[in-house]
Amino acid sequence: MGAIQNRLEGPVSDELTLVRAAKEGDDSAFEELVRRYDRNVFRIAQHITQNREDAEDVVQEAFLKAYSNLAKFQEQSKFYTWLVRIAVNEALMKLRRKKPERTVSLDEDIKTEDDSLPREIADWSPNPEQQYTQAELREILSKTIQGLPPGFRTVFVLRDVEGLSTEETAAALELSVPAVKSRLLRARLQLRERLGRFFQRRESGDGESGDGNQ
Amino acid sequence: MKCSEFLQELTNYLDGVLDHHTKVELENHLSWCHNCYVVCDTTKKTIEIYRDSQLYELPEDLRSRLRSAIMTKCQQHKKRGPESV
Repeated sequence: MGAIQNRLEGPVSDELTLVRAAKEGDDSAFEELVRRYDRNVFRIAQHITQNREDAEDVVQEAFLKAYSNLAKFQEQSKFYTWLVRIAVNEALMKLRRKKPERTVSLDEDIKTEDDSLPREIADWSPNPEQQYTQAELREILSKTIQGLPPGFRTVFVLRDVEGLSTEETAAALELSVPAVKSRLLRARLQLRERLGRFFQRRESGDGESGDGNQ
Repeated sequence: MKCSEFLQELTNYLDGVLDHHTKVELENHLSWCHNCYVVCDTTKKTIEIYRDSQLYELPEDLRSRLRSAIMTKCQQHKKRGPESV
């Protein structure tokens, strides 16, 4: 069972050198930090906001906030974890402005215990993603994760897509480790359940399409 | 191990942080419980598919536009002083 791989580049000590140079006023060092993490911040922002323009705004606002508050960064966590926390807050704020009628919080008590219990246990095709074109697959994955509550998809994205550790995810979201683990389990199980509709093994030759199209 | 206990340990198992004893018990459960085996396998696939999906990659042209916008704003902020954000 392969451990989740980290999608970040470059050693952490190198990151600290850049951060300290940036604190001293070296803008090219800060630009290097932007270059290093902009893709990650963009992905996280788009996963949370589900909107490309909003994600672009979040990238800009998060880096500007990081730049202007750099002196307050205590170096007790990784710069990246600190940056992610800023970006997540910016993204959630965007979401709240757009959907004020819905609760958008990482602390919300999501009463979905039953949603997390597997109901559909049919196996998937051997390489289910290959049944679809890249564009179709992206659409399926994007729509599926959109259906999760923001608190769940944020934990899933940080932990499973970006490869932060459970502790880093907890620090970035200001949640406890057990809360991260519980949300992660429910997010993973709910995504699995929803993806099953697209990826289940189809019985061939018995005339059953199983997808309700007919 | 019961199916409900398997589910409680699934995330720790997939993350490779289970202690040896629990891991052996869980794998023993998976060896005879087909439903839990399928849940475990398809959950693992779910994670892999998302991780490898390259969903929301930042195109290079947009990337450099964003970076130069960020650096311009940072420099404006520096000139105006810390109260401007």
